[in-house]
Amino acid sequence: MPIPLIVNGQNQSLDLPPDMPLLWALREGLNLTGTKFGCGIASCGACTVQVNGQAVRSCQTLLGDVAGASVTTIEGLGAPDALHAIQAAWADAQVAQCGYCQSGQIMQAASLLAENPAPTDAQIDEAMAGNLCRCGTYSRIRAAIHDAAQRLQKV
Amino acid sequence: MASIAKIARRSFLFGAVAVGGGVAFGWWKYRTPYANPLLTTLAEDAAALNPYVLLDPQGITLIAPRAEMGQGIHTTLAALLAEEMDLALADVRVIHGPASHAYFNAAVLGEGVPFAPTDTSWTAETIRAAMEIPAKFLGLQITGGSSSIPDAFDKMRQAGAAARAILLTAAAQRLGVAASSLKTENGTISADDGRSLRYLDLINDVAGIELAEEPPLKDRKDWKLLGRPQPRVDMIGKVTGTAQYTADLRLAGMRFATVKTNPHLGAAMTSYDATAAQALAGVEKIVPLPNGVAVVATSTWAALQAADAISFEWQPAPYPATSAEIAAQLTASFTDAAKDSTNRNDGDVTTALTGDVFDANYSVPYLAHATMEPMTAAAHLQDGKLTVWAGNQLPTQILAEGAALTGLPTSAITVHTMLMGGGFGRRAEMDVIKQAISVAQAMEGTPILLTWSREEDMTHDAYRPAAMGRVRAKLEGDRISAFDFATASSSVVESQAGRLGYAIPGPDGAIVQGAWEQPYRFANHRVTGYRAPAMVPVGSWRSVGASQNAFFHETAIDELAHLAKADPLEFRLRQIDDDASRAVLSAVASLSNWGSPLPNRAKGVAFSMSFGVPCAEVIEVEQTAAGIRLTGAWAVVDVGIALDPRNIEAQVQGAMVYALSAAIRGEITFTDGKADQQTFYDYEPLRINQCPPIQVQVLENLHRIRGIGEPATPPAAPALGNAIFALTGQRLRDLPFAKSIPFA
Repeated sequence: MPIPLIVNGQNQSLDLPPDMPLLWALREGLNLTGTKFGCGIASCGACTVQVNGQAVRSCQTLLGDVAGASVTTIEGLGAPDALHAIQAAWADAQVAQCGYCQSGQIMQAASLLAENPAPTDAQIDEAMAGNLCRCGTYSRIRAAIHDAAQRLQKV
Repeated sequence: MASIAKIARRSFLFGAVAVGGGVAFGWWKYRTPYANPLLTTLAEDAAALNPYVLLDPQGITLIAPRAEMGQGIHTTLAALLAEEMDLALADVRVIHGPASHAYFNAAVLGEGVPFAPTDTSWTAETIRAAMEIPAKFLGLQITGGSSSIPDAFDKMRQAGAAARAILLTAAAQRLGVAASSLKTENGTISADDGRSLRYLDLINDVAGIELAEEPPLKDRKDWKLLGRPQPRVDMIGKVTGTAQYTADLRLAGMRFATVKTNPHLGAAMTSYDATAAQALAGVEKIVPLPNGVAVVATSTWAALQAADAISFEWQPAPYPATSAEIAAQLTASFTDAAKDSTNRNDGDVTTALTGDVFDANYSVPYLAHATMEPMTAAAHLQDGKLTVWAGNQLPTQILAEGAALTGLPTSAITVHTMLMGGGFGRRAEMDVIKQAISVAQAMEGTPILLTWSREEDMTHDAYRPAAMGRVRAKLEGDRISAFDFATASSSVVESQAGRLGYAIPGPDGAIVQGAWEQPYRFANHRVTGYRAPAMVPVGSWRSVGASQNAFFHETAIDELAHLAKADPLEFRLRQIDDDASRAVLSAVASLSNWGSPLPNRAKGVAFSMSFGVPCAEVIEVEQTAAGIRLTGAWAVVDVGIALDPRNIEAQVQGAMVYALSAAIRGEITFTDGKADQQTFYDYEPLRINQCPPIQVQVLENLHRIRGIGEPATPPAAPALGNAIFALTGQRLRDLPFAKSIPFA
């Protein structure tokens, strides 16, 4: 039976196995490829999306368990010609190097800023510790989150 | 990442010297004999001004033919062209372009010569320049060895200037004025009388225009893009999830695959049983490979599930089965029989090393690259044509591998080099690419996207070699009077080139890289490389041999400084005789407020010159209840000319984080011939909460331009170890440090 899901505000009906991780449903079921596969065991954060506003590791979230939920991916946050404030802050800080982890970093940061509009460095470190970056962009991630916090407060 | 550098270095070195007279390649000579690869697929309404500049009605496309692994190379290469063409980077499209010998890397062999980077004698410079001849002959399109910028700096500015000159000539003909009276700005040519033409208006006018002479390059003072931070051309794609990596490719009828191959690396598969896997939903085909199988399914998830359901019998590993046995092989390699090189032998070390001698042994483990994006490649074989999509550092090698596997001529093979989710030297390997081609052959007509699991990736790397160092030395007052540095590891060149089908005679410079060429001057100074047997497959890992030798070297120097009761930074400054190197050390002292430690904290310093870049780093640590915490990091590098200072800062920060990840916890160990570590739980890189603020300063004292992808890697581990010693009095000579002390 198809599984209903709201993805980036659009109603979807996915004819996929309920034990398929949300990651693969997004990437190969809906071709939303901004969400990345890094490890498959929730240890790197590259697959981070929001389910009902909460950051989750989509590689360890089964499609059947989120039936009917609202999922936001990086594509739903903003687009190249309509950047979300966090994405704009990321671009201005020139955070990304290889960029592969950055969708997950940004979605995790979006969750952090929704809960804490002005996080300290220590709070950023705590919230972002589950998101690995092998290029070592951590300094710029901190700077971008501070900048994004300011942008969001002005909105 | 200096892999191919060393492939050609020894075998071509003397041939190159013999023809050293004719080394001055101008742009025109350089352009022949390789044809412009853009012409083979050129649309009728398009014009390719040279291999780097393509005009069509949609706009201007610049070709940046080096792998974008995250190092920002596409932006800086495009800026070199755009600077001379008077284009805004925002107005152009930047692509990697086709696999072609026309994009050979002329600089990658330049540091393979047996002259230290600090040697600017006529002989050294002549032979270095002559290395362009074998580089051109080999036609290797390679990204590695921090060589992209040294290779491109003149070449791509010349290509941009030539493209602009062709457009000016065409405009002059159209407007009936002298080309010298025309001006260019932002892709538009203006005449004195107010008439103007966009570059794109001239697509049909440029055919057949030959320039009489090589156009001059802009003076540095006139640069508008170079020397200033540029927004990366790939940034918006990477913050919106729209940047396309290999795994993001979607083609009609595409099937998704994964592999499971022998964890005993280099050994074959005896047998397998895929009965259970074949029965799983979504599974379409099991494709046997020489050392395992590929599973093809309707989704990557189904393929991963099915691969786990296959049982295997594997052939045993062709190398010692355990880390202890491998270590014993390394220990036993410090013999005359295993001696690989003595690139430095000043004074008389043997005679000088008598009496009370400092003697210390050091070790480092195997390391995985662990790129964020696991190995991935796509391939499609249909109607006698093979198309390959892959993030890779060696696109022309894919042509050769594809031809060998399929029997097709290379003219029937197309390579799309995709954005890479990290490279660090890993994507100079052909393994996943060959697998994808093999699966495409078994599924002719179906596009195949092959993705490795993280576990396959971690356990099937071409690892940074495990290595051992031994340093014996003697002090006289506050100086080192004798320094005997010995280092042993398997040969990266032998292993890596072997996998590519080359056998390279002569010594492997990577074994002693980061040691023999250091700008220290001791009266008696010897650096000996020992070649351990080929064991686990090893490859180029960001900064290659310097990644282990700088740890041995700079830990030993620090130990000797403390024995001499000298300040470790002053001790280095006193004994380094290269001005640029001394300048980075002095600068990092100021930047880090060296000599003024905070309570409960201590700093350590290390210096290394790799890929010609002097780099000094300071790391500060603090003791906490949970263990050592890193509280600050400072780095100063000298690249000669800083084309994009902000990107250079990012590369230095990134290299330090990469190196600190390895220094603290990075280790691949072997049991039963298999890598023990499987994923990020047991091979855990540095996380943001463990990463200190990193301040970077870039100097421009060097006499030539240098690349910065790797050189900030080597000093980080010894700087951290030296800081830990300064704080705790505990000297750590073996990596990773977390085996000896806890970290917060």
